[in-house]
Amino acid sequence: MRHLLSIEDLDADQMLSILDLARNFATVQQRDVPKVPALRSKTVVLAFFEDSTRTRSSFDLAARRLSADVVNFSASASSLSKGESLRDTIETISAMGVDAIVIRHRSSGTPQQVTRWTDAAVINAGDGWHQHPTQALLDSFTIRERLGTLEGKHIALCGDIAHSRVARSNAQAFSALGARVTLVAPRTLLPASLEGWPVDVAASLDEVVGDLDVAYMLRIQNERINDALFPSVREYRTLYGLTVDRAARLRSDALVMHPGPMNRGVEIDPEVADDPRSVVLDQVSAGIPVRMAVLFSALGPGQFEGELS
Amino acid sequence: MTTTVIKGGRILDQTGERPGDLVVDDATGLIIEVGPDLNADESRDDRTIDATGCLITPGFVDLHVHMREPGNEAAETIETASRAAAKGGFTAVVAMPNTDPCMDDPAVINQVIELGRTALCTVKPSAAISMGRAGEQLAPMGELAALGVRMFTDDGTGVQDDMFMRRALEYAGSLSTDDGVPIVLSQHCEVTALSAGGVMHEGEWSSRLGLGGQPSEAEELMVMRDIALARLTNVRVHFQHLSTAGSVAMVRAAKAGGLPVTAEATPHHFTLTDACCADYNANFKVHPPLRTQADVDAIKAGLRDGTIDAIATDHAPHTPDSKDRPFDEAPPGMLGLETAMAVAMAELDMELADILPMLSWQPAVIGGLSKTHGLPIEAGNAANLAVIDPAHRWTVSGTDMASKANNTPFEGRELVGRVRHTIHHGDVVVENGEATR
Repeated sequence: MRHLLSIEDLDADQMLSILDLARNFATVQQRDVPKVPALRSKTVVLAFFEDSTRTRSSFDLAARRLSADVVNFSASASSLSKGESLRDTIETISAMGVDAIVIRHRSSGTPQQVTRWTDAAVINAGDGWHQHPTQALLDSFTIRERLGTLEGKHIALCGDIAHSRVARSNAQAFSALGARVTLVAPRTLLPASLEGWPVDVAASLDEVVGDLDVAYMLRIQNERINDALFPSVREYRTLYGLTVDRAARLRSDALVMHPGPMNRGVEIDPEVADDPRSVVLDQVSAGIPVRMAVLFSALGPGQFEGELS
Repeated sequence: MTTTVIKGGRILDQTGERPGDLVVDDATGLIIEVGPDLNADESRDDRTIDATGCLITPGFVDLHVHMREPGNEAAETIETASRAAAKGGFTAVVAMPNTDPCMDDPAVINQVIELGRTALCTVKPSAAISMGRAGEQLAPMGELAALGVRMFTDDGTGVQDDMFMRRALEYAGSLSTDDGVPIVLSQHCEVTALSAGGVMHEGEWSSRLGLGGQPSEAEELMVMRDIALARLTNVRVHFQHLSTAGSVAMVRAAKAGGLPVTAEATPHHFTLTDACCADYNANFKVHPPLRTQADVDAIKAGLRDGTIDAIATDHAPHTPDSKDRPFDEAPPGMLGLETAMAVAMAELDMELADILPMLSWQPAVIGGLSKTHGLPIEAGNAANLAVIDPAHRWTVSGTDMASKANNTPFEGRELVGRVRHTIHHGDVVVENGEATR
């Protein structure tokens, strides 16, 4: 794997081998010294042009636990605020001799553009509404650890699909790994076209909730009300929220997931967020070994042999 | 008196195709003789231009060129755009008014006219319909018409307000001009409330790429409205850069109904689709956006059946820096002048004889340039000519272009057919494919 720009860069076998590798790395985290020398002497730049706490911290820890050198670069502290172009910024970072650039940017497509300006491996940490491939992998990891497989599972992605990079990458990953994916959203929050998307669509959560193996809730943004995408938070919760009542119809062995940060009381009731079926914190934990596996796959010496110290 | 003799070619114009040599008077820039076996007078300093194997045609007229001066001289100047035009066979271009400052004022129009005097082609300024193209106050159309402006447009955006557009049409339609050439309002059709946030065509590709989309209907609603306003006011509307099948169908129906409408289409809209945006290369970002294959096919059909009157390039230079930005932040627009003819020859499944009207005399009439451009090749007419080598094979390279910018969407593409010479008012501005100044 040269770059990870989109989850579509990986086929099912490649995804599964990353998930297997992540399972190995997960055991590293249980140790007193949760660190392996796999990427010693490699330099990873975290180029976050958009605010992010959890993804950045997760990549940061992942790289450090592989013994890579990590450079944090944030837009506000950088020359971007002095008017430097993205291209100049990337070329400057590259000239320092880095091995990987992990990029988060508000504009769709920037990771792909960046590959034209650098020799480093480029890892997409979220671009606009487009893709968030490591989120898709860590969510797949979480489901796989809990349910054993994604094969044949019914997963609903519920909420603002149109403006969600998580929805795009997760729909593709879950489907590639054999799950049946249903999008649940009003038409205003769906992409204009679902041509080529491996999904079904349901107009309400009630239609599918009893059949689900995973209810994956997406964050809804209040400002979408101003664009007439939905009338009010109250109505959104009533029709599309994972309320206590709806959660009662969810199977006892089903999972509740959310990429965070959650709006408790909007897309997910607080009680449901804290329900035993909720694996929201597992998702966060999974981020580190999964990102270790991704970084290792991009930068490592080849097959990871399982020698963990 | 010295002359230039164009020798060995075949003439192709609205009267047909025939062998013929031309003698052009250098001083007046007029064609003084057309006929077989004409030769330079060796007693004088006459020159001979070789047109062997070439077609000699009326020079092309582009109704839609962003020359970027004044305001964005880093991307293009009137001089460099005119050089690109000449290399593409264009002897006249209409300069779009979305400059900085905007071409809504006599002083700016005069500046463009002045800069155009030394250009390699005729530079006909258009002017904004509304002050600052803001859609709130009419530009001084009468004053600007007196300076020679015949086309008004808020291009870059459309006139959003229905009543404002009605009044603009009525006012423009009532103005008289000293040469009797009517004023035309030229519309960039886009209802911005519906296209808001869109950086490419709305559809399968925008949905996959996570980019905001502009639905076809954002264009079509304004085409529909302006057809209604042409009916209401009986004033001519010219539709810029039609990009959707629905727009073509509406213009076809309006023409069938006898309404005073004309239309143009760009080479990129009859060639490229939204799938070109898949790699987030902002050289494919343009407004209106590249659309679907069905739209491309409809535009070709519109060009073939006369619904669309003119091929216009919407030549829109941008610096490499600005196009290297993220796709949603990069400015829209692509180069067109140097590739238009060859792309049309490659893509339209039409004979050059049937393409020429749309490149030359039809736009000349719409743009108020038909007294000197797009005329039959006859003694007494201005020598605004393109000499085309229809067999010349070449590869498009942005950095090789005469334009200051290099944002061509046809980079690397092999094309057949190139302009060998261009003569502007008797002045040989392109000779053997190279600009002479």
